Amino acid sequence: MIRVVLPAHLKTLAQVEGEVSLELGGEATARAVIDALESTFPALRGTIRDPASDRRRPFIRFFACEEDLSHEPLDLPLPAAVREGCEPFCIVGAMAGG
Amino acid sequence: MSKVRVLVGTRKGAFILASDGARQDFEVSGPFFGGWEVYHLKGSPADPDRLYASQSSGWFGQLIQRSDDGGASWSPVGNDFAYDGVPGTHQWYDGTPHPWEFARVWHLEPSLEDPDTVYAGVEDAALFSSSDGGQSWHELSGLRQHDTGHLWQPGGGGMCLHTVILDPSRPERIYVAISAAGVFRSDDGGKSWSPINRGLVSGGIPDPDATVGHCVHHVAMHPSAPDVLFMQKHWDVMRSDDGGDNWTEVSGDLPTDFGFVIDVHAHEPETVYVVPITSDSEHFPPNGALRVYRSRTGGGEWEPLTKGLPQENCYVNVLRDAMAVDSLDDCGLYFGTTGGQVYASADGGDSWQAIVRDLPAVCSVEVQTLP
Repeated sequence: MIRVVLPAHLKTLAQVEGEVSLELGGEATARAVIDALESTFPALRGTIRDPASDRRRPFIRFFACEEDLSHEPLDLPLPAAVREGCEPFCIVGAMAGG
Repeated sequence: MSKVRVLVGTRKGAFILASDGARQDFEVSGPFFGGWEVYHLKGSPADPDRLYASQSSGWFGQLIQRSDDGGASWSPVGNDFAYDGVPGTHQWYDGTPHPWEFARVWHLEPSLEDPDTVYAGVEDAALFSSSDGGQSWHELSGLRQHDTGHLWQPGGGGMCLHTVILDPSRPERIYVAISAAGVFRSDDGGKSWSPINRGLVSGGIPDPDATVGHCVHHVAMHPSAPDVLFMQKHWDVMRSDDGGDNWTEVSGDLPTDFGFVIDVHAHEPETVYVVPITSDSEHFPPNGALRVYRSRTGGGEWEPLTKGLPQENCYVNVLRDAMAVDSLDDCGLYFGTTGGQVYASADGGDSWQAIVRDLPAVCSVEVQTLP
């Protein structure tokens, strides 16, 4: 079970409160998390990654275990603490006002 | 008694202002999609309970929301605006080639006949349509792939397709306007397009009367006179009497012919409204006095309308999609400002009142006239 923290606007869109728990079929990667999020919550499609380029949106960042994973390959396995559900995978809107 | 429903898109969400036919007291609901930019929302002429809204953010991209109950509830629908084929390039601000990149939906234009059919004008400029209530979108790519496309360039707001007009007398005729390319017309339902900019003269481009490159800010049509078009260009107020084939300037005695909005009275096809703005470098009303100008002669001769509008220390702007008219017997007008006010007139512009004062900056105003 992967724990995911969404930014406030995406929680509103997904109609969830607090963390989201996802069961991933295969390897726990950032791509698998986004795939599962978009599948579970269709309203989130296109909000985390650009559907045209398949890239993380520029103002979105991925944090976990006090590390910035934003620039890691999407197919890299997530840290063990995230894979084991001890730490959340945090999807964060860049700190740029709003 | 008839009612009106004013749909307001702002920099931080959407609002719905509802009133009876007297249009004196408005009930405000919202914000819907709080914190998101809502460039535009509009109702279907065929089903007034069907609304579409463009919800976007620099963080999370574009969503399209749909309501089937007049705005009481909303659901996200499709948001995949994929350009058809290899997008190619247009001109960047400095004239260098720049790849076409989707940024946001500026304008949603529901079909006159079918609530499930809706057009979306987007930045970077292109026209999309959906025939399934917004679930899926496909590009009408004959527009973007017009052989002048590589010459189009962005205006200050980006290279946006901001105006879509459907001709009620010719179902296959569509007009669009793009900043900064100009006006284009299709007579085959959007498959092929022609630029219709003859008569426009613009500074800021190498050839002032070029076929394309003009920063058209908005175009308006009266449904009973569909060959007559009125345009607020970057500078110049223009009209065409032949479906856009030829344009003539009708700025006349306006204090300045720079501005963004233009609209036509619901029952008087030759009565036109603009809100003059000082200049392209000072986006606020001349002398700090907010004035709507009305022409009852289809342009040329204009009168200032000031009653109820601030006449000192007012430095707001009125953006291109932020004026609308209702179709009650005594035509109502509405416009929103970047200062968050929405002004309404229930008497064709003779007098105005702020029906709400402190919204976020207003991007768009539409109105539905309901039974």
